[in-house]
Amino acid sequence: MIGHLPQLVAVWLFAVGLYGIVTSRNLVHMVICLSVAQSSTYVLLLSIGFRAGGTAPIFLDVPVGTRAVDPVVKALALTDVVVGATVTALLLALAVQAHKRHGTLDPEEFRSLRG
Amino acid sequence: MPLLPPLPVALPLLVAALLVAAGPFVRRRVADLTAIATAGATTVLTALLLARAADHPLVHWFSGWTPRGGLVLGIDFAVDVAGAALATLCGVLMTAALVFTWRYFEAVGTLFHALMLVFLAAVLGFCLTGDLFNLFVFFELLSVAAYALAGYRAEDPGTLQGTLNFAVTNSVGGILVLSGVALLYGRSGSLNLAEIGRTLERGPADGLVVVAFVLLLAGFFVKAAVVPFHFWLADAYAVAPAPVCILLAGVVSELGLYAAVRVYWTVFAGVLAPHAAGLRGVLLGAAALTALLGALMCYLQQHLARLLAFATVSHVGLTLAGIALLQPDGLAGALLYLVADGLVKAALFVCVGVVQFRFDTVDERALHGRGRGLPVTFGLLLLGGLALAGLPPFGTFLGKALMEDAAGRAGHPWVAWLFVVASAVSAAAVLRAGLHVFAGWGPPAGAWRPGPGGPDGSAAPAPGGSASSRPHATMVAPAAALLLVALALGLAPGLSARAHAAAVRFSDQRAYAAAVLDGATGPAGASAERAGPAVQPSGTLPPAALTVALAVALAAVPARRPHTRGRRRKAALHGVLHATLALRRLHSGQVGDSIAWLVAGTAGLGALLTAVLR
Amino acid sequence: MRSQTQRRVFLVAMAGLAAFLVWGMAGLPRFGTFAGAYSQFLNAHAVAQRAATNVVAAITFDYRGFDTMGEEFILFAAVVGVAILLRTQRDEEERSPTEEAEGRHAPAASNAVRALGLAMVGPIVVFGVYVVAHGHLSPGGGFQGGVVLATGALLVYLSGEYVTLRRVRPEHLIDAAESAGAGGYVAIGVLGLAMTGSFLENVLPLGRPGALLSAGIILPINAAVGLEVAAGFVLLLSEFLEQTLVLQPRGGGTP
Repeated sequence: MIGHLPQLVAVWLFAVGLYGIVTSRNLVHMVICLSVAQSSTYVLLLSIGFRAGGTAPIFLDVPVGTRAVDPVVKALALTDVVVGATVTALLLALAVQAHKRHGTLDPEEFRSLRG
Repeated sequence: MPLLPPLPVALPLLVAALLVAAGPFVRRRVADLTAIATAGATTVLTALLLARAADHPLVHWFSGWTPRGGLVLGIDFAVDVAGAALATLCGVLMTAALVFTWRYFEAVGTLFHALMLVFLAAVLGFCLTGDLFNLFVFFELLSVAAYALAGYRAEDPGTLQGTLNFAVTNSVGGILVLSGVALLYGRSGSLNLAEIGRTLERGPADGLVVVAFVLLLAGFFVKAAVVPFHFWLADAYAVAPAPVCILLAGVVSELGLYAAVRVYWTVFAGVLAPHAAGLRGVLLGAAALTALLGALMCYLQQHLARLLAFATVSHVGLTLAGIALLQPDGLAGALLYLVADGLVKAALFVCVGVVQFRFDTVDERALHGRGRGLPVTFGLLLLGGLALAGLPPFGTFLGKALMEDAAGRAGHPWVAWLFVVASAVSAAAVLRAGLHVFAGWGPPAGAWRPGPGGPDGSAAPAPGGSASSRPHATMVAPAAALLLVALALGLAPGLSARAHAAAVRFSDQRAYAAAVLDGATGPAGASAERAGPAVQPSGTLPPAALTVALAVALAAVPARRPHTRGRRRKAALHGVLHATLALRRLHSGQVGDSIAWLVAGTAGLGALLTAVLR
Repeated sequence: MRSQTQRRVFLVAMAGLAAFLVWGMAGLPRFGTFAGAYSQFLNAHAVAQRAATNVVAAITFDYRGFDTMGEEFILFAAVVGVAILLRTQRDEEERSPTEEAEGRHAPAASNAVRALGLAMVGPIVVFGVYVVAHGHLSPGGGFQGGVVLATGALLVYLSGEYVTLRRVRPEHLIDAAESAGAGGYVAIGVLGLAMTGSFLENVLPLGRPGALLSAGIILPINAAVGLEVAAGFVLLLSEFLEQTLVLQPRGGGTP
């Protein structure tokens, strides 16, 4: 289990984020919980690519061939961060409009769609 | 290397950027024309791709990085017939949606057109790619564009709730997909579909493979709206403007299923082959549940957009049934059905859009009889409803016939009955709605049995309609054109043979890997012969006729509360009413519920697949 | 579902899903022992092949540059989406912009904050341009540098000069900048397609690793992405600020 501790952290983040979304009573809180759930993927990706004793894969001041961690997952995580940030921005815009139109940020107050 | 594959993605993106830059300086009609022209040109490009990919897949490596020393370094587009066909469908639907927008919106900025074009590019990239992470990126791009498009009428109260449910549920679906991708990368060290498949085949189907499979499947099923991942769909359809609904119905659900099938056949088919029988059972179960629940909910709706949403869910279940057989025959039928059904549903949404434009509402009760002045729309809606039931010679009939045949030969003849029931009930709902709205059948507004406090039905008003405006030709023509194409698909000679050949190639993991990784360009002759010739769907006219007849009969059932005599009958009726009420209450539109069901569905899928894949 | 049932369903399902996920992750190589062939090849050869000492940037903008194009357009679509969601509705009108949301009684920014904030705008912009330009050499790149550039605008707001900024900020220019960044990426790709038959092929001279002008098209792509991200975030910021500081319901009254 110790050898997979970072992945356990990722699962925990995912679970906590989703719990926050399911039980949320405030739209801004819900959006941030989605962000937390998303961060579980960052942790998962980066923990998969880690190499013990490796440095950053940037060879400006260290020679090529120095032990370095996986650069591919870093590129993937970068893309993931951008995706997460943009969805958060969209949802926060929705929250702003909701507050203006309904005067409330409580998702349970929205009842126009049922059945 | 073929030059064509990147163009259908690059062109809409470029024009979208230009539209945003030119935004305030461009007149509405110019923007409309630019968007329609771009969508049309892109459709022509995808059709060209379809023609060129007929013999062997086209593989285009980006940034010049062809595989070196047996190692994949870059991203590729691997275009085969199935992907190109779906891409062409998306192009056609986008063109139809943009033509419909010409009159639907009274005033719309260039931002709408730009987003539609970005959506188009994302969808095409999704269909054509051969790289797993690239698939995820386009998955997210089309999702983000869809959230923004669905929320276009932000001033209406329901829009916010519907868009929120849509966005949060699909984002969590995206998280599931990415987690699956990460696990596969951890095992194989690669992100290319073909390469991962080859690596996995060499190893056992252990816990990681099963979990990655479940995560990817669950994430794609959220997009496809398979039960119980479907709770976001009806809300999104109810609030999105009609042109966007056309795309959501015709494109997004189809793509979810396409991604699941593509990933299965290129990555997991080899390693999971020994357990195919168990997998088949689980997928067929999910398909049956989706088809029946969707059909039932569809029949209970009075809100036209939600009705079509649940019809979509039901038909996704039927397509999944064809896919679940895990054989080329079922896959061929599923692909054909996917395309034809997408066209028909898009045409139906055009009709609903016309109604919304004219009357500012899509509630069946409020619209009772008011559609008498729209004969063309009525006719198209009826035709669409019958096509949903699988009326020959529409493409839907052909697809269903192939799937029923395949199911029978695979030892699951009950699937044919599933098709009859689900198609009949969903088509009946559409026909009933059409008869009530356009011909004034059924009890007049006010005499309806009270629903369980359903939505107030006034979908956000179409931002342009007025009581006296007749629908312009550009609003009705797309529906007619789409139904015509669906009809042509059913009538085209040799289409089932070609679909079969395409399905054989699609399900041949080794041939795909050879084409992508080794550059093999041999035709699919050998594998096609191995899989046997295509079967003509001859003995399937009776089920189709039965389905259509059943649909018409159910549509004509009066909606009055039936007078029952006898306490047992009354008790049974009460039980049924309570059950349906409970089912409707489950679809509460709350984000929390949707996510709870998503997690339950993933856990359930995980448990079932663990049991059968070990 | 009632919230009690919903909570219970979720907790049970999540517990099962978590156990399932942990079981799957046990199949991953132990933390710190990953040895994928793809990543090892890139660490060994990317500098030589692309003259870029930042291997992550080489992957992001060259080996997997097509992914990044999609990612850039995700940001583009989100910014356009926020503009659509927050546009002036029919029942609102613009009022003369204020520095503070109505009904808010926060203390005005102190002179120290104002002075320091404005003084830092210049260095922040320079730093942002530096990060964008050196993306292929050292940590950084278009995305990171673009965000740094956008914080220059945020600093102006925090220093209490938003109204001035709004008067000076040419809105159409920022839209055009964002589109130029997004469209520029695609155009570079098409250039590669036209010249060598592969979309996004690196067609500029590679130069010497470590020099500023090296790594071929990675530098122009970084510039395009930096432009797009900076403009996109400034637009996002201004959209949100317009909501509280500028828009009001038609006919006056608090929003």
